[in-house]
Amino acid sequence: MNSWINLHALWEIVVIGLIAGAGLPALFAVGLRALSLPGNRVQPAGADSDQIVGGSPAGIAAAVLCFAVVLAAIGWGIYFIVAGS
Amino acid sequence: MLVLVVVTALAFDFTNGFHDTANAMATSIATGALGPRTAVALSGVLNLVGAFLSLSVAATIANGLVDTHLVTLTVVLAGLAGGITWNLLTWLFGIPSSSSHALIGGVVGSTIAAAGGHGVLWHGLVSKVIIPAGLSPIIAGLVAAIGTYLIYRISRNLSEGVRSHGFRIGQIGSASMVSLAHGTNDAQKTMGIITLALIANGTLHSGANAPIWVIVSCALAISIGTYTGGWRVIRTMGKGLVDIESPQGMAAESASAAVILLSSHFGYSLSTTHVATGSILGTGLGKKGAEVRWSVAGRMATAWVFTLPSAGLVGAGAYALAHVIGGTPGVIVDLAILIAVAVTIYLSSRKNTVSHDNVNDDWTGMVTPAEPVAV
Repeated sequence: MNSWINLHALWEIVVIGLIAGAGLPALFAVGLRALSLPGNRVQPAGADSDQIVGGSPAGIAAAVLCFAVVLAAIGWGIYFIVAGS
Repeated sequence: MLVLVVVTALAFDFTNGFHDTANAMATSIATGALGPRTAVALSGVLNLVGAFLSLSVAATIANGLVDTHLVTLTVVLAGLAGGITWNLLTWLFGIPSSSSHALIGGVVGSTIAAAGGHGVLWHGLVSKVIIPAGLSPIIAGLVAAIGTYLIYRISRNLSEGVRSHGFRIGQIGSASMVSLAHGTNDAQKTMGIITLALIANGTLHSGANAPIWVIVSCALAISIGTYTGGWRVIRTMGKGLVDIESPQGMAAESASAAVILLSSHFGYSLSTTHVATGSILGTGLGKKGAEVRWSVAGRMATAWVFTLPSAGLVGAGAYALAHVIGGTPGVIVDLAILIAVAVTIYLSSRKNTVSHDNVNDDWTGMVTPAEPVAV
């Protein structure tokens, strides 16, 4: 720790920033991908579907889990900020 | 006199709001995730909420930058004049400069003019303002670049339609977080200044926290300013730097929100503008083949370097003028000049308007679109 830069705070900002700022959107991407996994529904081959929900039950479950984690992390983050002041 | 200072401070908060709408909403507007009007309305409301959440930055501004014993109301007012002038000028040119630095520069400048260099807590200024200002865009850019890379890697098998639709929904969430974060950081600055004025006036003792009416009025001023929307700056941020797709938008916003919220928590009064710009540049770097317009970025960086000293000079000049004339008349002359400057800038902005109608026109190297759209 030196008096000009609070290295401890800097580290926390970088590490938590990476987890929250890059990790959460990545998790969102995973969720989106799981959500769009094709299910039993027959799709014309090669069609570039704009359907977000693919229909695979396992995929939807995984997606819900991912989105829930993202939302929970945001909620915890806000709580953390409010409680810290 | 106290009333004049408080009103001027709220006016600054208003310019802060409309200058910084871009930080939260530029990317969402650029990718079409939110309509321009919806975006500024949402951002305004969330700024209001955010302003109530955390107060550590207000404490830094009120007590950490200048020696509160040497600060008079005239000093605070002159500082605000410096901040407002710089905010309006940069808005006219569509440069997303830091409102925080404009404010801090103005106050530091007027303090130096009033009491000399020893009135400034240089250590606080460097460690809580200048060093974070240098580091924050780099950290935000790094986070955004990694986020962008991950997102594109994970979603590379998705069809274009699914991807852009999905991430546009995500962007609404991430942009909301930036607005909230902006409220926790930027609304605080004006609260800090008004608190400083109250301390200078003897209403509050040194080291006091912001009273509730200060918090409420600042929150309102910044959210109204945000709602007004600084379309010029939004255009530079959303279209000028990088041509943004919705996954990049979400990555940039998440990175900004995370860095701003964390820094607020530690009481760093960093510039949301610097963070958002860093994130947008980072997201341009994180995606293969994305074009980053470094000339636009360079112009912004130049403006950033000049922000503290320029606002400081205006602040110092305003103090000197008020001091020479003396007392309340001096302050009123300052205010009259400030209003004249503001009106002049507003009138010259009318010549080539940027509004919610043409904010997304293709970037042609200018802030104002090549062919103005008739309203």
